[in-house]
Amino acid sequence: MMQEPRLVEVRKNILKQNDMIARELRDEFRRSKVFVVSLVSSPGSGKTSLLEKILTLLRPKCRVAALVGDLATENDAQRLARSGAPVKQITTGTLCHLEAGMVRNALQSWDITELDFLFIENVGNLVCPSSYDLGENLRLVLSSVTEGEDKPLKYPTIFNSADVAVLTKMDLADAVDFDESTALANIHAVRPGMQVLRVSAKTGVGMKEFIDFLGLRRQALEK
Amino acid sequence: MHELSIATSLVDLACEDAKCVQGRVIALQIRVGRLSGVSKDALLSCYEVATRDTPLEGSRLIIEDVPVVVYCPQCRKECAIGSRFCCSVCNAPAPEILCGKELELVALEIES
Repeated sequence: MMQEPRLVEVRKNILKQNDMIARELRDEFRRSKVFVVSLVSSPGSGKTSLLEKILTLLRPKCRVAALVGDLATENDAQRLARSGAPVKQITTGTLCHLEAGMVRNALQSWDITELDFLFIENVGNLVCPSSYDLGENLRLVLSSVTEGEDKPLKYPTIFNSADVAVLTKMDLADAVDFDESTALANIHAVRPGMQVLRVSAKTGVGMKEFIDFLGLRRQALEK
Repeated sequence: MHELSIATSLVDLACEDAKCVQGRVIALQIRVGRLSGVSKDALLSCYEVATRDTPLEGSRLIIEDVPVVVYCPQCRKECAIGSRFCCSVCNAPAPEILCGKELELVALEIES
């Protein structure tokens, strides 16, 4: 007779290694007094444009830097570097998301105690980044008006891994018949009570409120 | 498709634990929440690739699907939900997730 297999209980998070690095990063960020914000979204929803604007607006008063993830090219890093802030590209090769270890490696040559804000632009993807903690203090999920209103319903996991949603390209809302109340209802259907910000990196609409919001979040963490 | 990364992490983790036990690992039991962002089918095929040339080669992956359970602030009860984050009884918005994000290695099955 075949014997029953023996069970050895493990009970460990499969992404334990990533989570451990993320925790170490978060501790290091806290010690260094740097507020770390990550951006996730589908490709083309305006992460780089928004980030370029954020870096430019924050730079006069704050010390800022950015890491940007893509499968290939240094294009985004070159765009962001126009703001004058230190920027580093993380090219992931075939990988569709950033992992905590990549962030740690990318930061090795930087003294983050010299920073007030660090931004991490994830690879454009609404699925894979949701599983990986990067040690950030605030995760923003972007959705552009040109993508329509139902992205939250299609990708509830990413909306649940983020802290705040940002509607981007608001200057195009009328041109694409964007229905803002439906978009908000969809966000709140998968994430009741989620804070939603509205911006246009192109016209600057909503940018002051956005920058104030970042400042407040940073202050709240320091307390 | 990040399931290959997940499968590789799983195999690394399980191989580490397998070192401490006597006998061959014939299966891994894992729990995958519906909000974990991981597709069960993709993970199963990636597992085969990730276990190649490791002590886990040929082992099975047994996946327990974990539904999303939220806390309803109106009914003050737990309830399992579908795609919308509201109570299945009273329809109140329910943002507090109690489970559904799991991505956990539960146990190794060892040949006796």
